Amino acid sequence: MPSNNYFFPDPEGQVPTTGGYFGAFGGKFIPEALVAAVDEVAVEYDKAKADPEFARELNDLMVDYTGRPSSLTEVPRFAAEAGGARVFLKREDLNHTGSHKINNVLGQALLTKRMGKTRVIAETGAGQHGVATATACALFGLDCTIYMGEIDTERQALNVARMRMLGAEVVAVKSGSRTLKDAINEAFRDWVANVDHTHYLFGTVAGPHPFPAMVRDFHRVIGVEARRQILERAGRLPDAAIACVGGGSNAIGLFHAFIPDADVRLIGCEPAGHGIDTGEHAATLTAGEPGILHGSRSYVLQDDEGQITEPYSISAGLDYPGIGPEHSYLKDSGRGEYRAVTDDAAMQALRLLSRTEGIIPAIESAHALAGALEVGKELGPDGLIVVNLSGRGDKDMDTAARYFGLYDTDAEVAADEAHTAEIEGDAK
Amino acid sequence: MSGNINLLSDTLAAAKAEDRAALIAYLPAGFPTVDGGIEAIKAAFDGGADVVEVGLPHSDPVLDGPVIQTADDIALRGGVRIADVMRTVREAHAATGKPVLVMTYWNPIDRYGVERFTAELAEAGGAGCILPDLPVQEAALWREHAQKHGLATVFVVAPSSRDARLAEITAAGSGFVYAASLMGVTGTRESVGAQAEDLVTRTRATRSDLPVCVGLGVSDAAQAAEVAAFADGVIVGSAFVKRMLDAPDDASGVDAVRALAADLAKGVRRGA
Repeated sequence: MPSNNYFFPDPEGQVPTTGGYFGAFGGKFIPEALVAAVDEVAVEYDKAKADPEFARELNDLMVDYTGRPSSLTEVPRFAAEAGGARVFLKREDLNHTGSHKINNVLGQALLTKRMGKTRVIAETGAGQHGVATATACALFGLDCTIYMGEIDTERQALNVARMRMLGAEVVAVKSGSRTLKDAINEAFRDWVANVDHTHYLFGTVAGPHPFPAMVRDFHRVIGVEARRQILERAGRLPDAAIACVGGGSNAIGLFHAFIPDADVRLIGCEPAGHGIDTGEHAATLTAGEPGILHGSRSYVLQDDEGQITEPYSISAGLDYPGIGPEHSYLKDSGRGEYRAVTDDAAMQALRLLSRTEGIIPAIESAHALAGALEVGKELGPDGLIVVNLSGRGDKDMDTAARYFGLYDTDAEVAADEAHTAEIEGDAK
Repeated sequence: MSGNINLLSDTLAAAKAEDRAALIAYLPAGFPTVDGGIEAIKAAFDGGADVVEVGLPHSDPVLDGPVIQTADDIALRGGVRIADVMRTVREAHAATGKPVLVMTYWNPIDRYGVERFTAELAEAGGAGCILPDLPVQEAALWREHAQKHGLATVFVVAPSSRDARLAEITAAGSGFVYAASLMGVTGTRESVGAQAEDLVTRTRATRSDLPVCVGLGVSDAAQAAEVAAFADGVIVGSAFVKRMLDAPDDASGVDAVRALAADLAKGVRRGA
């Protein structure tokens, strides 16, 4: 179980264990056909970490291609609605491709080259990881296939077009709930059959070891920068670091550098969908139980016989019944706090940020903003909060336009009018 | 009550004594219904299968192709429960006296409780389990309980498995070794992977006395004969399920299973 060794003295050296365990969570529950390939990733990653040339190459890409460091923007007009606490946004939405996903993708794309593999596959929910992967494949000249749930290809059509423009093949997955979980299943099936020349560029801090640790390490830059920036700007560490959690990659990226700072609360915002009580949600840590999904032990949404239940969120990127094992570890150890945010609360926060600060966030990130509105009120005017704005909202404009009734004429929107009327109470 | 691991070993040994490969059929529980699934298994034995693997359907079958995914989906939508899988094992074994294994993913057993699951499976007359997403490094708890209850732990080996790893797997496994004929998910194939024979040879070279049975992609008597020439057993799954999916009604589905089993049983006897 968790020990203080995790937090001190060397947060990077203690978890996961060599078997990939974060306390009781993690591991490597994979078919035998993938064992050699997953082990190869672990070995190559260890070699790359020790190679100054790899670090230099990755750093150059982060600066010259991604545009790092990303800004830390204070949002006082938004914060007026958050109990007067000071709120700063870590602007991962300003990265090339529009989200934090590019951090991990560039790292793994470099690793793919080192392994001599010529083809990359990836899953995507909102399409942000798919777009970032297609981008890196274009940059490095790799073949690229992206698996995306059929429902998500519809609600994130803009990102499907972006991926195809970048030269990727996008496969709409029609099995199961036709969302992110099923896209991952299909990507695993592809990987088993093509593993000799294909790298599975996994997009979040879940999956079998070493993915949870490796993807975390590539995103760790978010928190390292944010910690330095907030010290410069506010002269102290924040009271809370807040991020949305689906699989948990942007959240662990923000949290990790703050883990040794015991006074900084680490708050993850899960999608409560239509409300936890309705059963239509994807709040894995709030309502799930430990189990095995997609290669590791972590909290999962499941029934009493271990069948994975279908999640729901208005946000395609959070619509996932699992969570990275390190978040399960942070939850059980008490170091992380996780709360659930409904679709409606997230959408109100999306509109509020748009209208007070001129920043349209992704619906995923809007869950963290809604969490910040709550936490700010709890902290009061002396509070200081850093929120990870993990992605920009362009991809979500169709969903948002239907939700808020922003189209002038549209037969489909007419059907949504009853719902729109319910949320007419203006956020600002 | 102890499980039927010895019945499984004896059955495979008996096939070997006849100088032939064993025929192992896979059929999912609850497909098309629980009772219909039991009838299909009995028909597979009746047609000539030596061993049957009963699939415990899972919502996220990452190692299964579209045919078994479809059957699993039908079974789950029909509300199949682990109690139904246990009843399937019990009735199929009681009616035939033959060895019946369960094949599933790890989460349903982890959630159900490994002690409870192994105790109930042994009590139902089950012979063991195949858990394709539980690699040997994660299998200590399962093996402890399986051993306690007289159940076989059948591990999968793949063409990508290196020799040192094959030795670890055969040392930890019991009953038989499931050799995946190719790199891929379940489903019928035009031809069985050329890597299969090499994998069987390398697995035997670990000096394990476990029978090595080959699965993935085998769908007809000719392929069964081809595999039987170098393996101790031939495992067929999707081809049975496909016959049932294609059948106009449940009764003709059961007949089709019996006919295919009879055909394959001839195949495994030609291979020697």
